[in-house]
This record gives sequence, structure tokens and C-alpha cells, in this order.
Amino acid sequence: MSTSTETIEQLANTEYKYGFITDVEQDIAPKGLNEDTVRLISAKKDEPEWLLEWRLKAFRAWLKMTEPTWQNVTYEPIDYQGVSYYAAPKEKKKLGSMDEVDPEIRATFDKLGIPLIEQQLLAGVAVDAVFDSVSVATTFREKLGKMGIIFCSFSEAVREHPDLIKQYLGSVVPHTDNFFAALNSAVFSDGSFVYVPKGVKCPMELSTYFRINAKDTGQFERTLIICDEGASVSYLEGCTAPKRDENQLHAAVVELVTLDHATIKYSTVQNWYPGDKNGKGGIYNFVTKRGLCKGRKSKITWTQVETGSAITWKYPSCILQGDDSVGEFYSVAVTNNYQQADTGTKMIHLGKNTRSTIVSKGISAGRGQNTYRGAVKIGKNAQHARNYSQCDSLLIGDRCGAHTFPYLEIKNTSASVEHEASTSKIGEDQIFYCEQRGILKEDAINMIVSGFCKEVFRELPMEFAVEAQKLLGISLEGSVG
Amino acid sequence: MSMLEVRNLQVKAEDKQILRGVNLTVNPGEVHAIMGPNGSGKSTLARALAGHPGYEVTDGAVLYDGKDLLDMPADERAREGLFMAFQYPVEIPGVNNAYFLKAALNARRKHQGLEEMDAMDFMTFIKEKAKLLQVDQSMLQRSVNEGFSGGEKKRNEIFHMAVLEPRLAILDETDSGLDIDALKIVANGVNAMRSPDRAFIVVTHYQRLLDYIVPDFVHVLSDGLLVRSGGRELALELEQKGYVWLEAAEARG
Repeated sequence: MSTSTETIEQLANTEYKYGFITDVEQDIAPKGLNEDTVRLISAKKDEPEWLLEWRLKAFRAWLKMTEPTWQNVTYEPIDYQGVSYYAAPKEKKKLGSMDEVDPEIRATFDKLGIPLIEQQLLAGVAVDAVFDSVSVATTFREKLGKMGIIFCSFSEAVREHPDLIKQYLGSVVPHTDNFFAALNSAVFSDGSFVYVPKGVKCPMELSTYFRINAKDTGQFERTLIICDEGASVSYLEGCTAPKRDENQLHAAVVELVTLDHATIKYSTVQNWYPGDKNGKGGIYNFVTKRGLCKGRKSKITWTQVETGSAITWKYPSCILQGDDSVGEFYSVAVTNNYQQADTGTKMIHLGKNTRSTIVSKGISAGRGQNTYRGAVKIGKNAQHARNYSQCDSLLIGDRCGAHTFPYLEIKNTSASVEHEASTSKIGEDQIFYCEQRGILKEDAINMIVSGFCKEVFRELPMEFAVEAQKLLGISLEGSVG
Repeated sequence: MSMLEVRNLQVKAEDKQILRGVNLTVNPGEVHAIMGPNGSGKSTLARALAGHPGYEVTDGAVLYDGKDLLDMPADERAREGLFMAFQYPVEIPGVNNAYFLKAALNARRKHQGLEEMDAMDFMTFIKEKAKLLQVDQSMLQRSVNEGFSGGEKKRNEIFHMAVLEPRLAILDETDSGLDIDALKIVANGVNAMRSPDRAFIVVTHYQRLLDYIVPDFVHVLSDGLLVRSGGRELALELEQKGYVWLEAAEARG
């Protein structure tokens, strides 16, 4: 766990040292969204003309679009003119000691088993740095740099690697893709950029913790990862620690591209504020994530553990364009109290012998509503394409709901598509069985739920998996009377 | 002091009065068989003692090692050394049988103030127990009861018992659905665990099991009351004459 200690520390320390340098009086744009807002954002970030044009095209497209209503979630209409679209990250107020931290958050830290020093950093308590974070960050980037791997903030990539950005930005998720992707394209704040050159296997998990400019990237995050021929990378997004945010709407875009024989593994743990027990507040997490397996025998794996947010609406997808390419989607989505999730994936088979696997585990508790929505499309040239889908739902209590909407579109008769689905309920009998063996009820629920999610957890990087398992327990706390 | 003291136990399930005043005393080292026709309340007695939430105690008292058993939640009773082998063992998909047992054993050890057993020691420990009960090694790594045959499930219950080494073990119709070979294995497991400081309550419908697990006492439960108690010969008599004989005797008063 020492690496994670270091890196979290690094994040916390760098957060305020390396900021946007903004005029304090002008760090928040006026409310509302028009072309001037887009121009302001672009100017603030000192962007080249071509990127401003791209943003404006997206904005104009967005104006003509209407918000989708087909998803199985309900929420109050969002007032897009009522928010400010640009705010320079603020320095967090430092607290004097752990005693000043919200006791609820402290309890969660303890349950996650986060060491005290990390707790202090995550909660924004001033600590004496145990080591020089700047030098660690530099060493890390130097090591990657020597291998030709680029890992930086999106803004930095625009400045330093404009050709790559020009070539790939919007190549997987076009600026006209959908309402929220168009909005993101117009006003995106920042995000991450990764490029792994030919034949290079990235020697470590890239995590947002590591990012030098890892700070509040705001509500419109943009990530682009490119793996050149024969390259591979594993990328971790998010954090198990509870995260609160003033912004209600989060509309991120993630684009992945793999060339011949390249592999990207993208893992997410999402634990945004879900709202209170009565369904008040919470984040709307409306995200567009898509990967393009452009080259032969390339592979993209999405693994997600979604426990936070009031509403989660996302479908990390794969376009299997290269022959023999592979797409995988492993998902755990938890909805408790009044949370809603409509999530799943799209596997679009275009190339020959393309294969995809979908494993979705939905857990509903309280009054949570959990929807799996997935599409498998087999194009007419996708000879011998294969898909296996498994969607399982677990219900805790009798006021929650689970829904499954699988869509199939098959245009090639040599394809083989399998779909399995199940719905089960954590029974009083299962819990009693564990209790009769001496296991505490809380631990029993944890164990049963973890068992249910096993196939997904084993896809997560080890350290992440352990935390995700604990997180699940915390998210479901009190869900069984 | 007796290990278990059941006094005038009255239990309701789904708004129906099942037990109407059961009295039973169990001392360390003893094996008690509870017999009776279907619906007499045998399993209700077992589950109420184990603390199943579906059973409501409406009157009476139960002392376990002098402590108020009914005051303890089910998990605490288990950690205090009370074990029940389920009539219908529950499946827990995705949870490894060995991992489950390790959590259970360490919960108990922690409760006893003992050090938790680490993974290495634990594996050595349960492999021995598995051998004793002729439990296949693969069963340790499979999910708890998932996809187990009826016989495997029952054997797994006895295996859990062997690992957790309870002070009081209640076997709820462990013999039902077992063929004669499986029955012998289960009985051997129980017999191997008989000791002066451990007691068993064996709930069964048939005398057959008692050929292999020889009880010290036999009690007959009928309509929520223990109507007869005796030695082993009572079981044999029941086998010969059937429960009807008892009911008729009851009716004659």
C-alpha cells in the first residue's frame, strides 16, 4: 500500500502548488452559456484557434439538440443557463486537525482502512510533508518520459502535443454524438491525456492520483488515451474515498483508441456524493465513454464500480473495428436510498472474428433503481463475431428495483451471441446462515455482495479491488434492517 | 451446571403457535435425540434455539451455560459455541467455502479472546478436518453450497461443525435425503466429535440415524410438547410401533 500512500499524498500536496494561475477577481465566469462563454473558457486556457473552432462547432450542434429522455431515470430539469461554466480551481481551506473533519467522513475513512496520514491529506488537513512530493512526481514522469509515454493534463497536451490531439480528439466520440457529449466538447474544463508509443508496455498502473495537475478538473472532464501498435496500458480513474462536489451535473467524455495489437484496460471506481438518505442533492453523472479498437487484435477492457452519484447514466462502449479485436465490459453498479443508475455498454462488432464479453452486476437496495441497458451490434462484415453477455441483479429489501434492457442487432448469420440474466434477492435465510456461523450481519451482507460481484472485482487491479469491496459494504450499510 | 436448560419454551412462527411449553435439560457430553412426526415442532425447536428471526419466542426461558440464550442475537449464540446444522443449507454464490469458514472461525476465536488464525495455519487445519469427514478438497474452494448435491450440502454442514468445534451442536434433520453411505460418513463425523464437554441435540424423523449416532436420551415431540422421554429403547419402540401408537397413547391419556 505504500505506493498509494505516496501518490495520494502527492496529489494532495500538488493540488494547491500547481494551479491554474488566474486572476483571483476573475476566477468564476458569469452564469449562463453562449458563444462568449465558450470563447472565454478557451481564452482562459490560452488555447489555439483550431480548438476554439472545434468547441464552437460543438456548441452550435448542442444548441440544436434536445436532452435525451429515453433513459430510465427521473430528475428535475437542469437549468443550463443557471450555472457557471468556468471556475478556476480554488485552494481548499486547510483544517487544523482531523478533529475539524466531518465525523461522517472520518468514519468512512476508518471503514475503508485508509491510513491516518492519507486521511489527513484527503480531508485537506495541513500536514508536514514526509517527503518531497515534487521530486517524486518528477522522477515518475521522467521514468515514463524515457519510455516515450506521455501522461499529462489535457490542457498540457494541447500545448505540447497538438498533433496528437488534433488527430484523435472527437475521433471516437464526435462532438455531435449526444447532448451531453456535445456540451462537454463545447465547455470541457480539463482532464487527462495518455499516449503510449509503439511496442511500449506501460510499467505501472496510471492513476489520476499520479497526475501532476490532478486537481478539481471540474464537471466537464475530458480524457483521451491512445495506445499505439503493440503498446499496452492500465488506467485507473477515480478514488474510493467519498467525494463531495458543489456541481450537480457532471458530463465527462472519455475516448480510447487502440491500434494493432494494443491493449487498454480502463478501470473506474466512482463514489461521488449520492445525495442524502431522502434523495436530496447528489451528483448527476452523465458520462460518454467509448473505445475504438482500431487495429487488428487490439483489446479494450472497461471495468467499473459505480457506487456514488444520485444518478448514473453511462455506457462505456467498444467499437470493434480491427479484425480479431476484443471488447470487454465488467460492471458493478450499486443504488441505495434514492439513487438511480441506467448503465451498461454497447459492443459494436465491425471486424471479422471480433469478440466481446459483458458482465454486469446490478445491486439495488433501499429505494434504489438499477437499470442495465446494453446493445450488441454485429455488422454485416463481422464474420464469426462472438458475444457473451451476463446480467445479474441483486435486490436487497423490497422497495428497490432492477431492470434489464438488452438490445441485439445482428446482420451477419455467422455470429454467435449469448445472453444470460438472473435476478436474486439477498434472503433473510442467507444472512441467518452466516450469522449462525458467528459472522456479524454487516460482514455477512458484505460477503454475500462481494461474492455476487466476484467476476467483476477480479478484473480490477489488486489494490483497487480490496478498496472497492470495502466501499461496497459502506454503500450498502443499513440497507438490511 | 447443565449446559442447556430449556424451560416452558413457547414459540410462534407465522402467527401460529408451534411450541407450547418445552422443557429440556442437556448436560455436557450428552447426546439427545428429538423425534416426532412431521409438523410436531422439531425444526422449530432447533431454529428457535439458534435464533432464527422467523421464530418468535412467546414465553419461557433458555439458559445456556447459565446465560440467557434468548437475549443473545443469533451471531452471538454462534460465537458462544452453539452450532446448528441446517436442514436446508443455504447457497452463497461467489463466496469460497474455505474463506467463509475462516471468517466464521476467526469471529469465534476473536470472541473467545484467542488470536485469529492466519491463512496458512487455517488451510492446514481444515485440510485435516476435510480428510476426517471424507470431504473432497475441491469442496473447500467451491462457493458455499452452490451447486452441491443434497448429500454434499449435508456433509458440508458437518464439515463446518468439525471446523468450528462448537460446545453445543444441533443437527436439524441432517439425515434427510442421505443415502446410507453418506449417512455413515455424517455419523462418523459426529461420533468423532463426541467428547465430555460437548453436547448434541439430534433432530430426526427416523430411527435410522440413531443406529449410527447412539443417543443417551430420546425425546418425543408431539404437537409442540415433549410427550415422552427415555433412553435409546424409546427410539426403537417408536420405529416398531410408529408415531400413531404414541398419539393413541396420548389420547387414552
